[in-house]
Amino acid sequence: ADPSAAPVPHPLLPAGRARPSHSEPWGRDGRRGEEEEEEELWHQLYPGHIPTSPLQKALLATGSAVMALCDPYRHDMVAVLGETTGCLALPNLRDKMKNHPEGYRILQERPRIRLSTLDMDRLQGLPDGTLGREYVRFLEDNKVSPDTRMPPKFVDNEELAYVIQRYREVHDLMHTLLGMPTNMLGEVVVKWFEAVQTGLPMCVLGAAFGPVRLSTRKLQVLATELVPWAIRSGLNASCVLNIYYEQRWEQPVESLREELGIFPPP
Amino acid sequence: CRWRALLARPAAALRALRGLAAGPEMHFGFQSVTEEERREKIYQVFESVAKKYDVMNDSMTLGIHRVWKDILMHKMNPCPGTLLLDVAGGTGDIAFRFINYVRSVRERQLQRKLKHHQNLSWQEILENYQKDKFNSLGDSQVVVCDINREMLKVGKQKAQHLGYSEGLSWVLGNAEELPFDDDMFDVYTIAFGIRNVTRIDLALQEAYRVLKPGGRFLCLEFSHVSNPLLSRLYDLYSFQVIPVLGEVIAGDWKSYQYLVESIRRFPPQEELKAMIEDAGFFKVDYENLNFGIVAIHSGFKL
Repeated sequence: ADPSAAPVPHPLLPAGRARPSHSEPWGRDGRRGEEEEEEELWHQLYPGHIPTSPLQKALLATGSAVMALCDPYRHDMVAVLGETTGCLALPNLRDKMKNHPEGYRILQERPRIRLSTLDMDRLQGLPDGTLGREYVRFLEDNKVSPDTRMPPKFVDNEELAYVIQRYREVHDLMHTLLGMPTNMLGEVVVKWFEAVQTGLPMCVLGAAFGPVRLSTRKLQVLATELVPWAIRSGLNASCVLNIYYEQRWEQPVESLREELGIFPPP
Repeated sequence: CRWRALLARPAAALRALRGLAAGPEMHFGFQSVTEEERREKIYQVFESVAKKYDVMNDSMTLGIHRVWKDILMHKMNPCPGTLLLDVAGGTGDIAFRFINYVRSVRERQLQRKLKHHQNLSWQEILENYQKDKFNSLGDSQVVVCDINREMLKVGKQKAQHLGYSEGLSWVLGNAEELPFDDDMFDVYTIAFGIRNVTRIDLALQEAYRVLKPGGRFLCLEFSHVSNPLLSRLYDLYSFQVIPVLGEVIAGDWKSYQYLVESIRRFPPQEELKAMIEDAGFFKVDYENLNFGIVAIHSGFKL
């Protein structure tokens, strides 16, 4: 939504209450006084925000966890699980970003990784081995697009909502940096890395329960080589959200790995 | 505490909104919109929930909605030859129950008939049976009418899957302006649909128009719980659990938030009874199911 346009009525909220994040949060729109106090509770903090009570969050967390396990294709459930359980990890991540010069800039400028903001032709034209070229190769090989990431709904803080959005958009870049494909095995490895890096309960749960659906042979490879490497890299690396990836497309992947502290993949 | 206020909000908002005059401003859940906007929004809600409609009904009501619909059918007690119009019948639940009911009544009729013909030869019995076999519904017919294409699509697929074809038709139509002639049907039902109609008075007038003299109007709908303790539990369940179920099962929080809000906005039993009487129906009465969570309103065109 265009931030400068008139507020768009939100299907959930009485007309006049939906507002983009930039505008004056406590503005009155002429509703009757008795409802004013309750209005504030239903504040939509950002487009797509759905305010929820603690009970609803607890129910959502349980429900989404069960559904994500039963039906691994429900990516929206994984997203919801992340949002409802991230109340401790997200502020942590945000603070890590704030205390880092590049991370701080990201929080200020709020870049988004989307097909509309990326110059795909330029990235494809970059030399092999650069972040941009490898990222585009990864997207093509695995037939994925950065536009399929769910926008956050249940995070009750506008800045934290951006942090989790950034984490989701950077996920594909994690795959590129770690050299992991988007099959179940690759996803689990990336989840282990992310779990160590971010501390998000959703990553921890995904890392712990993801392997349940793998064959024994893959589990062996996972346990003996991939997971230890992912954990070591995760612990050694600095916060991956503190890299302004959009300004580093020309940087070779190797050099970025070294800079972050990710060990070469096995 | 902040969250207690949140739980109390539906009651306060309801009080405030009921005070609004019924002008061009209408309600969509707890939101205030114009008539046209409301129709549009409701169409979109059902378009998006159509595929998961039945699954969600089972989860939200723990399967009890099936019992409610069965009770409606028993109350109707149709005999073979009845012409039923099921409005907002979307996925066909009432229509299929009607067909089952009429078939079983018909079978019993045939059995009784055969019992009285104990001295017939085998040939005569076979002929009788064959003659009636092709009339297993006894000329009963049900027309399912719905405003939403997606819901009708789901209904037709279900019918095919379950093997219903005889005596069943699907019509795209608006309850406020039915595409049928006057005095056509024996029974008119609207199950969990009238709440979504923008002009209930028009829908009731249309119901009156298309029914034959002697015809019956039956409405199954969520209604108001008067018991205070139960009401609070019901509110808690509705507002806290149902949208979560919508998100987890159907990936659609907003439609189910609309659902619970629209239930709160709907007129209570006595008010609906008055509206039905205003449309010209006689012997209007209602029966509460589950303490008023659901009510069946009935009226006759005389």
